[in-house]
Amino acid sequence: MSTLCAAAVVLALLPLGFILFYIVSRGISALNPAFFTKLPKPSGETGGGMANAIVGTLKLIGLASAASVPAGIGAGIYISEFPGSRTSTLVRFCADVLNGVPSIVVGIVAYGLVVLPMKRFSAIAGAVALAIMMVPIITRSTEELLRLVPVSLREGALALGASRARAVWSVVLPSALPGIITGVLIAVARIAGETAPLLFTSFNNQFWAPGLDQPTASLTVQIYNYAISPYDDWHRQAWAGALVLVAIVLAFSMLARVATRRLERMNVG
Amino acid sequence: MTRVAKILAVAAAALFGAVSAGAQTIQLNGAGSTFGTPIYTKWFSEYNKIHPNVQINYQSIGSGGGIQQVTAHTVDFGASDGPMTPEQMAKAPGIMHFPTVLGGVVPMYNIPGVKVDLRFTGPVLANIYLGRITKWNDPAIAKLNPGVKFPALPIAVVHRADGSGTTYIWADYLSRVSPEWKTKVGVSTSLKWPVGVGGKGSEGVSGQVRQQPGAIGYVELIYALQNHIAYGFVQNADGKFLKATLGGVTAAAAAAARKMPADFRVSIVNAPGPDAYPIASFTWLLVYRHPSDAVRGKIMKDFLHWMLGDGQKYCADLGYAPLPREVIRMEEAAVDKLQQ
Amino acid sequence: MARTRRRIPWSDAGFRAATGLAAFLVVGIAVVIGLELFRNSRVPIHEFGWKFWTNKDWDPVNGEFGAYTFIWGTLYSSLIALLLGAPVALGIAIFIVEVGPLRLRRGLGFLTDLLAAVPSIVYGLWGIFVLVPLVRKVETAIAGSRLSNLPIFSGPPYGIGMLAAGIILAIMIVPYISSVAREVLRAVPQSQREAAYALGATKWETIRIVVRYGRSGILGAVFLGLGRALGETMAVTMVIGNSPQISASLFAPQYTMAAVIANEFTEATGDLYLQSLIEIGLVLFAITLAINVLSRFLIWSVSRERRPRPRATPARLPEPA
Repeated sequence: MSTLCAAAVVLALLPLGFILFYIVSRGISALNPAFFTKLPKPSGETGGGMANAIVGTLKLIGLASAASVPAGIGAGIYISEFPGSRTSTLVRFCADVLNGVPSIVVGIVAYGLVVLPMKRFSAIAGAVALAIMMVPIITRSTEELLRLVPVSLREGALALGASRARAVWSVVLPSALPGIITGVLIAVARIAGETAPLLFTSFNNQFWAPGLDQPTASLTVQIYNYAISPYDDWHRQAWAGALVLVAIVLAFSMLARVATRRLERMNVG
Repeated sequence: MTRVAKILAVAAAALFGAVSAGAQTIQLNGAGSTFGTPIYTKWFSEYNKIHPNVQINYQSIGSGGGIQQVTAHTVDFGASDGPMTPEQMAKAPGIMHFPTVLGGVVPMYNIPGVKVDLRFTGPVLANIYLGRITKWNDPAIAKLNPGVKFPALPIAVVHRADGSGTTYIWADYLSRVSPEWKTKVGVSTSLKWPVGVGGKGSEGVSGQVRQQPGAIGYVELIYALQNHIAYGFVQNADGKFLKATLGGVTAAAAAAARKMPADFRVSIVNAPGPDAYPIASFTWLLVYRHPSDAVRGKIMKDFLHWMLGDGQKYCADLGYAPLPREVIRMEEAAVDKLQQ
Repeated sequence: MARTRRRIPWSDAGFRAATGLAAFLVVGIAVVIGLELFRNSRVPIHEFGWKFWTNKDWDPVNGEFGAYTFIWGTLYSSLIALLLGAPVALGIAIFIVEVGPLRLRRGLGFLTDLLAAVPSIVYGLWGIFVLVPLVRKVETAIAGSRLSNLPIFSGPPYGIGMLAAGIILAIMIVPYISSVAREVLRAVPQSQREAAYALGATKWETIRIVVRYGRSGILGAVFLGLGRALGETMAVTMVIGNSPQISASLFAPQYTMAAVIANEFTEATGDLYLQSLIEIGLVLFAITLAINVLSRFLIWSVSRERRPRPRATPARLPEPA
């Protein structure tokens, strides 16, 4: 039985190894300081980079997370705290359905809701599309993990006179926090690699985009543009961009795990 | 915790805060054809060097997307590989078409043991894509290529899965050389293909053709040139077998220039002339004659003049065929009509 | 170190309101998406009605649109993805939490999460240049053997097709399922394991008990993966062959709903065409709804048949079906 499980691990790590090797071998040659500081250049010119795309991606992830994390965790808390009610079943159901909506459909809907009324493409529209994709993931994982917190913990807090809100905030949530953070990270990883929803919302930008109401460059869209082009130097930049993207998601992941461990230590003490 | 909060606040301000980009920079946005992206990117970058306060931002979301966005006024201009239809123009009154560069489409194939460049005629290509010719050693193909030993391999047809101007040009050509294609399949950026598999993008098509023995596919000329892909000869309207070159594509446009309509909405597929490559097309910028913002309109006008002059010099390096002189002259006159 | 804190008055009503608002937002988003999709599909709904669901034709030039072939492709590819990916993901989760050597655990978890960080277009490109040739080799081998008589293995070995799509989807959903399953297993109280051991269970019997305890969470994780598989666009469209046909064969190139929308939306012009693509989005939305309803019903009916067993923990809040 253990060998089966070990085999499963190997089976998953094999394609990972392949893919990472693929990205690195093709992207590393285009990775240089200019990549991180310069704006994109047309094909054939050296010295171009994806600085605005990197900043744009961080901006979009930040905005989308700011919107979706409170909403998702809040909804997850609601379902786990009031599990019998019909509203909870409805919410869980809606979250599962939302998880299956293709990213391009989310993009099209966000286009109709944000871009058309604003008459412009913007970072806000992109963040809305990404947030819509993040919320159901965070909701479901938060809910599942909160439910696994032993009842005794919850009841103990209530017995000590805490209000429901206090019991959740101070006792239940912290004990489920590592899992919730994993859920958030999964959501971030999901949207960090998405192109389709951004094509119609944040569009793209060859230049810097100050503020939130302008078309904004993003790594995924830039990678997509370069990858489908006929030019070799752009292809290499696309791979370098993919490498940077994976690194960014990794960095988020590690940061979150460090933060979780510190929080756990604070709670235990 | 407060220290972390402070750091986060500074980071947020840095990311979201206004980055001063110089006095009164004005940014225009355009969207549309993927085919034109590389040359447009080059042009806008060069134009920005001459006019540092003008930033023209272009994103490829497909010709259809370009038409949609320019109709919805979410962008300042659009770009399309096919001219707008009358219904589309009815929804976007006042749009003018300006050809920018030319492109060609070439047939690529992978037949083990065959290293030469094969010759095709229009009807043969149509029959392959209709599923009428199913094996490489079919007499119709052998007749065009005497001396080539074809294996009895089934033809694995590959087409574009994603809607594209390349498909439009290919289908346009097949419609003109094959009445059966015209009635059975027709012309559009996305088609109901009688046979074959769909690859995504030129990358997908060329990848599939290169790996599948017996495969045939079509890609843009630039793509074939940049990636050193072998492609075949196609017979043009005059009967000559031509391998696509930038010169051949420009010759096709020059031939069509004589009968060019005033709004430039014309197909130059299967153009007459001994040097004209038959599978060629313009790609257009879509600009409003009376844009709501006069300043942006003036910038567009100025850019178009530059594009027709110095801009054409950048085409060859990137693999695009420049516009023929006759068309440039006609366009200069049309650009002057903008904002009048 | 004692710290006095000003007592913040929490009120239960406020708590319910705040979290209720968030919950309402989730429902609201789903409703808005459904409505927007419906609102923007009026033309084909008026033109085709329910025939849209059963029409096997997809002809942009002649204005014939139908979702049948895409529904098939989506369901088939997602099924393969689940069949291949869910057991692997669960195996990984069990390995990391229960079985594996302590030192490896954090690293392995990190590595499997990396799979989720890869952008889908990279999966697509890797798929077409690395996975598809491999799959073609396997298919050619099968085609040469007696297995080719089975309808599931019939047809020429193109390489691109349903099998490649199913495999790449499986790879993509593994990190989603395994991360959440991992957290679920980790969250199972230690008391459960200790109680099992105390009763004389072996390691694997204990693991079965732990998995059973967390089964609702694990099922939730599988649903997360299913959702991902149903809606994945970029990677699938690069390896599935994009051919709207219905075939039981794994070798045949086919088409999914998400893929056709992604491929044709940016180039679609004309209200009927554009809105037909949006209606495909609506169909996918409806099918996801249906799958969810069906599975919830199945789970509920299965759990009803269970004999009541003595619980290891004191009375907890009633388990939602």
